[in-house]
Amino acid sequence: MSEDTAHGKPGSEVATVDEERYPVPDPGLEPHLPRLTDVDERAADRATRQVATFFGLVPVLAIGFAVVYFAVPGDSYLDFGPLRANTRNLLLGLTFGLALLFLGVGAVHWARKLMDDHEMIDYRHGAASSDDDKNYMLTELDKVVDESKITRRKIIGRTLLAALATILLPMLVGLADLGPWPTKKKRAETIERTIWAPGVRVVNDVTFLPIKPESIEIGQLINSEPANLQELEGSEYQIEKAKAAVIVVRMDPNDITIPPTREGWNIGGILCYSKICTHVGCPISLWEQQTHHLLCPCHQSTFDLADAGKVVFGPANRPLPQLPIALDSEGYIVAQRDFLVPPGPSFFERDSRYDTTVTM
Amino acid sequence: MRLLSSRRRHPAAKALLLVAGLFMMGALYSVIAPPAQVSADTGNSQQIAEGKALFAVGCASCHGLNGEGQVNGTIQGPPLAGVGAAAVDFQVGSGRMPMAKPGPQAPVKPNLYSEEEVAALAAYVASLGPGPAIPEPAAYDTSGLTDEELARGGELFRTNCSACHNFEGAGGALPNGKYAPPLIGLDNKRVYEAMLTGPQQMPVFDDEVLRPEDKRAIIGYLESLHERPTDGGLALGGLGPVSEGLWAWIIGLGSLIFFAMWIAAKGVKAK
Repeated sequence: MSEDTAHGKPGSEVATVDEERYPVPDPGLEPHLPRLTDVDERAADRATRQVATFFGLVPVLAIGFAVVYFAVPGDSYLDFGPLRANTRNLLLGLTFGLALLFLGVGAVHWARKLMDDHEMIDYRHGAASSDDDKNYMLTELDKVVDESKITRRKIIGRTLLAALATILLPMLVGLADLGPWPTKKKRAETIERTIWAPGVRVVNDVTFLPIKPESIEIGQLINSEPANLQELEGSEYQIEKAKAAVIVVRMDPNDITIPPTREGWNIGGILCYSKICTHVGCPISLWEQQTHHLLCPCHQSTFDLADAGKVVFGPANRPLPQLPIALDSEGYIVAQRDFLVPPGPSFFERDSRYDTTVTM
Repeated sequence: MRLLSSRRRHPAAKALLLVAGLFMMGALYSVIAPPAQVSADTGNSQQIAEGKALFAVGCASCHGLNGEGQVNGTIQGPPLAGVGAAAVDFQVGSGRMPMAKPGPQAPVKPNLYSEEEVAALAAYVASLGPGPAIPEPAAYDTSGLTDEELARGGELFRTNCSACHNFEGAGGALPNGKYAPPLIGLDNKRVYEAMLTGPQQMPVFDDEVLRPEDKRAIIGYLESLHERPTDGGLALGGLGPVSEGLWAWIIGLGSLIFFAMWIAAKGVKAK
């Protein structure tokens, strides 16, 4: 089938029907109808006035913008019920925004109503270049290679290749600033440990007050940090806080399931878990005190704190790490040791096989 | 003195004397007598008896005749020993209790009990076991908080509250039809009581962990946050990406689609 009959000619009647490939007859192109503005001179004049009005308003608004910029003080406000707007910002936005809008509306209106209205057909064709073009390109390329003398003076080509290869080296070296190489030893002293240590007090976040078990009621949630976090400053403080943040909760001991490996990790129904979601590391403290579920607001991972922090819903793959706690000689809650498994989100080398069975 | 003694037989003297006497008695009484105040007094057996009667009518069907709670069956209610007067004042005072029907969460509705009745109920429930008392007005009075205290309140709010109640206190959704209610326009007393008692799914933040001055700072921060005018224009409820995204996708993209359709539409034809 030739191109012409396949797509139909403008104004032609019903085109040929090829039952197999085109079961529906090609209706051809719609007949071209003139617009109202093509035949009615008054309509065209009206459209001209409309376009000119849109364009004519643009300088008015642009000058208005400049006037507002200098004339309206920056500290005056307009009240619209509960809303409040800075007068100058509002007027600047309105003048400039409307100027741009009118410019666009005028241009589109002009094109739709007044610019020449005829239909054109562009036929489809393959994306590959013609053989002539390809041959021309290849001969040109050969000519350039020949003229550059690179085939005769080979040393230039080789040194250039070496130069281009080594120019990447500084960029690769710069990547080392992204962080230390995560060797086993490096991981063990960075992301796999926190500043929790035997005897470190569990204290309130923000106020850093130590906590006594008798001041915690059933259903209570305490956003907590290790007491030794206060000794740190700057980025070190932020890094350690991001790993060491915990929540302390108290539940009715009858409601809790304590696995045999975690006997003695809690104080009469007071349990301490990492606050960092094991999915991608959002801090979580949406705790429902009646269901004992802890919900992560980022991706709705839900952990059951009454059942060893197991995942009951959502994309998280590992239970929330539990921090073993005890009492110090003054009766304040302290950590028995650091977390037994690294808290926080998964990483490539993270071995999660022993998360539920690890013992002290 | 002559001015008074010479007029002692004046026709108005008797009436004036009576008025002066009554005024003095009134003034004396207001100084000596205790101020008439409605409060849940656990030592007041009459108030407790009234509360018990009210409890039997309005609360006992779920919480048991003696507030022992019902954990089995279709109608359930937690035991109330130890929840304290503050919990009753919060739940009944805000209209959450008595619940109209079982559901994932008790919604706020108009409170039909008078202040005296709420106080009697609170006194009765407080007599069941020791629990937090209704906070004094001074505890949630936010006048005189310094900027530093307000900033600290903000830090405490973002650490302890914003996870559920949103960073502007606009509230948020929880699983299975539960929700954290918005904190805008609330009575400061209710905010204090909620922290103290941990109603429904909310955890408890008692006075030893979140000290009274911390709670006061949080309430002051919330107040200052909600008094602030929205200089940025339409805040869209302060809900963050949800309402902003809705606005951008529906209104913003919708108007762009409208313009695209207008540009491509065929205009009026001559025939």
